[in-house]
Amino acid sequence: MALETLDTRGLLCPLPVIRTQDRIRSLAPGSMLVVTASDAGTLQDIPAWCRVHGHQLVTTEQTEEDIEKGRTYRFTICVMEQ
Amino acid sequence: MLAAKVIADQGIAVEGVNFFTGFCVEGHTHAIRENRSKRPKRNNALWVAEQLGIKLHIIDVIEEYKDIVLNPRHGYGAHLNPCLDCKVFMVKKAMELWLSDGFMSEHGFDFIITGEVIGQRPKSQRKATMPLIARESGADDRLLRPLCAKFLPETLPEREGWVDREALFGFHGRNRTPQIELARRLGIEDWAQPAGGCCFLTDDSYSDKLQDLWQAQGVRSYELDDIMLLKVGRHIRPAANFKLIIGRELGENRYLEGYRKQFPALKLESHKGPLCLIDGTPSAAGLLLAARITGRYSQGREAEQIVVSVNWPDGRREELTTTPLPKAELAPEWLIGA
Repeated sequence: MALETLDTRGLLCPLPVIRTQDRIRSLAPGSMLVVTASDAGTLQDIPAWCRVHGHQLVTTEQTEEDIEKGRTYRFTICVMEQ
Repeated sequence: MLAAKVIADQGIAVEGVNFFTGFCVEGHTHAIRENRSKRPKRNNALWVAEQLGIKLHIIDVIEEYKDIVLNPRHGYGAHLNPCLDCKVFMVKKAMELWLSDGFMSEHGFDFIITGEVIGQRPKSQRKATMPLIARESGADDRLLRPLCAKFLPETLPEREGWVDREALFGFHGRNRTPQIELARRLGIEDWAQPAGGCCFLTDDSYSDKLQDLWQAQGVRSYELDDIMLLKVGRHIRPAANFKLIIGRELGENRYLEGYRKQFPALKLESHKGPLCLIDGTPSAAGLLLAARITGRYSQGREAEQIVVSVNWPDGRREELTTTPLPKAELAPEWLIGA
């Protein structure tokens, strides 16, 4: 199955969560969504949102810190029955 | 949190709705500022939902909310906080979600609850405003306030027996001790910041910056980027035609970096220093003053000479060699919201 992607870099909490929520609402169960973010708050919020709504967070990755741009975070989410 | 817990404990399915207006304090400020990195960078509404084991729907109302901020029917509180209009708006919006063909109606909700307490807020949480919010939002008697229900007329869920009125509460006033005691009795040991401290519009410094923005624009309006930038950095207006936004620490500098394609940016080349965005169109003399002010907040503040690069959004770059502005020349009236 193709990976859906969502780039939320530059957005701050809670917009990455809102964009993730809105995208997942349009996806069928079993779909995989990769969310990219720059806000460190997503490390707490996207896993929490997945737990609250019963979606499966498959992986969480983060890049090395860039002194000017900070880190980039990447979440792979498996969409479950909604 | 408490209201949701009280109702959920009666065996009623509760789901949360959280509206993002753009003025929320928690998420953004924590995410931007590096020196707050030891605090949990969490969305409090989401955290509360997880503690309670309920779903939470976070709704972007940035565009619709502008009318509430710009044209509040019931006026402002102490600053630019349109609390009463805000409450009406949010309950009305929850009703719309419920009545819409979207996700809320699929769940078949029967009524709405809020955590309001009579007398807790001088403008928006008075006994007289409770029926006003119910009426103007269109929720009428489907709006239940479990924490002060005993001071209010029976609502539909109480009359129908969906909710046991006897198990609701009669809290009132600004003292939160009874709510804290109830929370502990219900097994809640940690809670998010109490209401009222979570909106930038209740903050005098932020309100001053928003007023300054409107005055400089000549029109009362805003975009999301405008209100986000008001949360970040020192805002300094040395002349009517431009303002400086100077990062106060690493996290803010990083955040401001994201705006370099929209605003000219000043950066110290000779010393460590902040990133400074220029909002407006300074003259050549104004640009030099901006560079000197930026130097004032750098490690070169006592240096005889500093070098500042001017980075234009179209990619042009130039360097200015100048002196940092002495503290005595930084007029206090330039500092907005200080």
